[in-house]
Parts: sequence; structure tokens; C-alpha cells
Amino acid sequence: MLSRTADSLFWLSRYVERADYLARTLEAAARLSALPASYGGETNEWESAVQTAGCGSIFHERHETATADTVNRFLICAPENPCSIVKCFEIARTNARAVRTALTSEMWDAINGAWLELQSLNPAQLSANTLPKFLAFVKETSLRVDGSGHRTMLRNDAYWFSRLGIALERADNTARILDVKYHILLPENATIGGGIDYSQWAAILRAVSAQTSYHWVYRESLKPWLIADLLILNPQMPRSLAACYQSIVANLDELAGAYNSAGPAQRAARTIHRQLAATRIEQVFQHGLHEFITGFIGDNNRAGSAITAQYLV
Amino acid sequence: MGFDEMTEGGGGIRAPYERIAQWLASVPREQLQQRRLEAELFFRRGGITFAVYGDAQGEERIIPYDIVPRVLSRAEWERLAKGLEQRVKTLNLYLADVYGKQEAVKAGIVPPDLIWQNPAYRPEMAGVEVPHGVYVHIAGIDVVRVDDESFYVLEDNARTPSGVSYMLEGREISIRLLPELFGAHRVAPIENYANELLSALRSVAPRNAGADPTVALLTPGQYNSAYYEHSFLADKMGVELVEGRDLLVRDEIVYMRTTQGPKRVDVIYRRIDDEFIDPLTFNPNSALGVPGLFAAYAAGNVALANAVGTGAADDKVIYSYIPELIRFFLGEKPILKNVPTWRCREPEALRYVLDHLAELVVKETHGSGGYGMLVGPHASAAQIEDFRARLLATPEGYIAQPTLALSTCPTFVESGVAPRHVDLRPFVLTRADGVRIVPGGLTRVALRDGSLVVNSSQGGGLKDTWVIEC
Repeated sequence: MLSRTADSLFWLSRYVERADYLARTLEAAARLSALPASYGGETNEWESAVQTAGCGSIFHERHETATADTVNRFLICAPENPCSIVKCFEIARTNARAVRTALTSEMWDAINGAWLELQSLNPAQLSANTLPKFLAFVKETSLRVDGSGHRTMLRNDAYWFSRLGIALERADNTARILDVKYHILLPENATIGGGIDYSQWAAILRAVSAQTSYHWVYRESLKPWLIADLLILNPQMPRSLAACYQSIVANLDELAGAYNSAGPAQRAARTIHRQLAATRIEQVFQHGLHEFITGFIGDNNRAGSAITAQYLV
Repeated sequence: MGFDEMTEGGGGIRAPYERIAQWLASVPREQLQQRRLEAELFFRRGGITFAVYGDAQGEERIIPYDIVPRVLSRAEWERLAKGLEQRVKTLNLYLADVYGKQEAVKAGIVPPDLIWQNPAYRPEMAGVEVPHGVYVHIAGIDVVRVDDESFYVLEDNARTPSGVSYMLEGREISIRLLPELFGAHRVAPIENYANELLSALRSVAPRNAGADPTVALLTPGQYNSAYYEHSFLADKMGVELVEGRDLLVRDEIVYMRTTQGPKRVDVIYRRIDDEFIDPLTFNPNSALGVPGLFAAYAAGNVALANAVGTGAADDKVIYSYIPELIRFFLGEKPILKNVPTWRCREPEALRYVLDHLAELVVKETHGSGGYGMLVGPHASAAQIEDFRARLLATPEGYIAQPTLALSTCPTFVESGVAPRHVDLRPFVLTRADGVRIVPGGLTRVALRDGSLVVNSSQGGGLKDTWVIEC
């Protein structure tokens, strides 16, 4: 297939996934900031939402402090933000239009339909009352796009590239939220039973839709090191770094098989996956959670670059 | 009132329209309205849109679609198809002649300056041997009717004619929204168009290509007004839809960049104008094209459809010579009529045109899309004076024709079902071994009462075209 087609499929998936993640981040921030001040401590949830989205510097070019209004607007539709939710949808649809022939009609319909609906929801004019509905729509769109792809696409390179995009973006998103929130997961800060921490931990889980999963996996009350374990190392958890890399390796293997050749992308992904599989959470904390996450974000970016160099240009 | 294809302008009903007339008499208006909305939804949801140049508002619009079909009898179609074949054969022979032996000039049929001074003439093509001698693989010939008997050619489109996706999607709408009416008519199928197109493209692969030549469709990209059509055709043919940046030329061989490395391309159905296909040979500022493509083409290592320089055969002055060229190259009597044309470059013609501006249609020789023309009977005094000045300044840039009383077809409009003017663009394919035409074409309809301008960029709509046995 054309490299450009593969590139578009890859980014189309990434942007839909990113929009979903932004919507979850905003939901989590709204929930935390609605708590009584005594639970909120020193943290500004809106500031960490902007940081988690990875666009702190552009935001602060225009805004002194992060508030519900400025952050919601910025992450949803501000024209100066190159990866607002609206922009993510726009780029996803542009990519979809560029590769219509590689999409099934169901996938096209999911993306184009969401794009048309987005116009009618008027994202620039959202109020506190209409915001939840809008964010629900964004999450639902990623389910529809993902689901229609899963149900209707041929299992060939087009499918594998789109799945790679999802997994790589997810890994990045999970790592980012850990990067911003790592301090509250450190064991020395855990005054267990305190309402502040509990809410913060729950918010992390909610942002990656893992609250129920946590309880099923650990059957325990929230413990910061278990949350870290779930999001980093547990292969059952679809957004964990380990699960994302399982998927990245599997899809790259499919490509290598179909094309009869493997390269730097396969090697890079396999190395990361092997490391994650061989690591235990105690080691992560010994080594330093922050260092571990920063290192992972770098590795993940390098794996993305290797995929681009090998297939997408 | 001119010729109406259903009623002949009188009270009777012409045979091809018998069932349509009964249906129109019995179908409730609400149902027609409902069907029209469904058709629009089909276009909108499918992203079947086009962009209008110079329109900031509607970056993507849908074309108004009229669900009342236009009908031709098999006999009418056969006659038309013969004429189309004759015409397109002549266009191909003329182009081979223009870039080859120039016998038509030597015989005094076409004045030489019309060739050399034509901006669409490509001197780079002189002496280039195009694969299998085919220049115009895909032609869109616009024809109109004025009576029961004759078809007139309005213009030949030999560059990159568009609209075939609307012909095919329109048929899908008829099948879906008018199942009973469609089923009762036994309409000749057109769905094999993409298949015919692919086999025509493969038939002109260079001789040094393998047994299974690779075809690609080259598009300017998704901001082009016809992008939907490009992706549609690539999809139906199962060929890659490439942009200039997807192609590269190495040692005069064209490759596309794929996830498995460069892959050779043998035939390119290009929907990019000559000027932009290769910045090394043509417009150096083109970001759409492929550096080195023309050299690969001239070396015979890739086929381009249509060939470079086909515009030398389809401007509005050359048009006026086509009947003579048919006689010259084929020794046959032209089957389709030409609209009488005054070439304003000829002083006598110019004088006549200036004296009769209010009755004539004046067109730019190299214009298209219904832009830059004067429709005398509908023009204001100021518009007429404006054109008079332009004609005096550059008479060679214009031709003039009488206003034809274009035929009308029943059309569903605001006021109900009413006659509206139509034209027809059949798509004519030329393969290495001959001409193929699927029975039908794109019927364009001027939705405004009395309007003769059917171009979609100017508020025209579309209809499905049925060829039936009757």
C-alpha cells in the first residue's frame, strides 16, 4: 500500500484516540475541581489537565492561570491549540478523506458522521450544562470509529497500521497522565485513607477508564503502587503500557509477516515490550517512577519514529 | 418553447416517456419531495461533494439532484453512440496529426496559427510516440438536442473530463429510491464503467511493462473540486489513488512509494492538468506534479491518460473544424451536428457577431465551466457593451454561436414538475483496440426556469439518464 495511505490511517487512529483522551481528562478535572477546597489541597486540576494534554506552553502564552473556562475552551476548540478536540476531529477526517479508498464505508460513516454532528453541537458555545453531553459524544465517537474498524476492516496492512496508531497513542496518553501525576503515586506520600489522595487516585483511573477494572484485578481499596502497576505493567488492562506494547508488537509482526521483512520498528517495539514484561513494580519505584516514565515516553517516541521511517514515508 | 423530450411541446407523450408520464401523473408531490431529501442525504452522508472555486462559503457542496430520470430510447442511443465514436476517433487522429505529420494543416483544413498559437498545444509533445497511439482515453462529449431527430455537440472535453462518478452514483439513487419505476423500465446498465475504464487503461500500458501492468490514479489532492470522483474511481477500479508526492522517477521509470518500498507504475490516469504534472518540464512552481514524469513518458516507460497536450483538440475554435476533420481523416459524413460557429478571428464573422450580440452566445475560445460567456438574449445592455469591447480588443479569443433552443425534460422544482433545459455528457473510452461507451451519461439540468446554463458551478443540477428498449 502507499506509504501516504498507511500514514493517514495511522494518524487518523491516533487523533481519534487523542480526542477521546482529552475528553476523559476534562471530565476527570471537572470532577476533582468540584470537590471541597479541603480535598483539593494545593493542586490546580485545570493546570494538570493542560500539562497532561502536553500543551502547557502554548496555553500559557495566552493565559496566566488555568481555570475551568479557559482550559475547557482551550482543549476543546481554541484555534491556537493545534490538538484541541475539534482539531483532532478535523485532522482525523482530513486523513480519512485522503484515504477513503482504504476505509470501509462504516468507518467513513463513523468519522464523517461525527464530523457533521460536531458542527451541530457548536463546540465554541458549550455551557456547564451542555459540556458533559459533548464530552460523552467525543468518547462515543472513538468507540464507533474503533468498533467499526474492528468489525469491518479486512485484516491486512491497512488494519494493522490503524491499530498501531491507536496503541502508540494510548501508550503515550497513559504515560503522560502518569508523568503529570506521578508524585501522588509515590508511596512516601501515601497517607492511606485520606480523602484527598483517594480522589486523586480515582481521577487517574477514571481518566483511563480503569476504575472498575482496578477493583476486578486487585480486589483491594485504592493503593497508589497498585494503580501504577495496573497502568504500567498489567497486560490485562487495555491502556497499560504493557498491553499497548503487546498490541504494537503483534501488529508490527503481522506487517513483517505480510511483507516478508522486519526492521528497526519491530526491534524497537520488541525491546520495549520485553523490558516491560520483565519489570516488577517494586523495581519501578526503586529506580524512580518519574525517571521510568520519562524514559518510556522517549522510547515510545523513538518507536513511533522507527515506524514512520520504515513504512510511512 | 422548444422541444420537450416528454411531451414534444404538444399534448402527446413520446414513446420513451410513457411510463414516466404515468408515474408523474400519479405520484404525490410529498413523495417526490421525500425522495429528493433522501437523495440529498445519500450524497451528504457519502461525502459526495464538490468544491466551487472562488466560493469562500461552501467549501464542500452537494450538487442538486433531480430524481426524475431523463430517458433515451435504445435507437436514439445507438445513433448517438455511433456519432460519438466517430467524433472521438477523429479527435485522436487529429492529435496524432498535430504532434506528427501535420497533414491537416498541409491540406489547408486547419490554419497553422490555430495550432501554434493555441496555449494548450505542447511543443514538447511533437514527435513523442504515445503508447498505442491513443491520446484521448477518456472523453466527455457534451451534446444537446433541439428536436426529435438531431443531436448537436456543444463541446468536446478531451483533457480531464469529470462527472462520471455522479453518473454512477445517480444510478444507485434511482435503483434505491425508485425501485418500481426503475424495475419496470429495464434500463441498460452502466455499472461496468469502472471495469471498462480499468481495462482501457491497462490496454495502453507501455510495451515494456509486465503482463500485469500497475495502474494508478493521480489526483491533485483532497482540496480539488473533483476529489470525491478521484477516490471513487480509484476505489471502483481497485487502483492506488496517488498524489504527486507519492510518485518518484528514477532512470526514467516511475515508481510509487509504498510501505514495501518503491513499486513501478505503468499507467497513470492523471486528473491533474498538463501544466502541473511535471515541474521540470512545465510549470516550475507546481507542487502537485512529479519531477521527471514527462521524461519517463517521452521515453515510453509510462502511459498517461489522457496524453499530454490533448487540449489542442478541444478548444472552441478547433471545435468548429471537427466536421471537416471527420471527413478528412475518416472519409465519413459527420453523424452528430456541430452548432454553427462564428470564429471571431475572421473579420467577416466578427462583423456579423458585433451586429447580432443580443441574439448570440459568445464564448471564450479557451474558457470552460460556463465562465466568461455572454448569453445575448439574457444579457443586460452593459454586459453586451462589455463583450463588444472585449471582442474588438482580442477577437481571436472568442467564438459566437446562435442560442440553441435546448430540449427540456420534466424536472421536480419548487413549483412542482416543470420542463427544464438539459444537456448530456456521455463518457467515451478509447482502448488500444477501439472505442467503448457505456449506455448513458451525465444529464445536467438548468434548475432555474428558462436558464440555459447547466454547469454545476453555476447552479445546475443532475439527473440519471436511462437508455431503454421501447
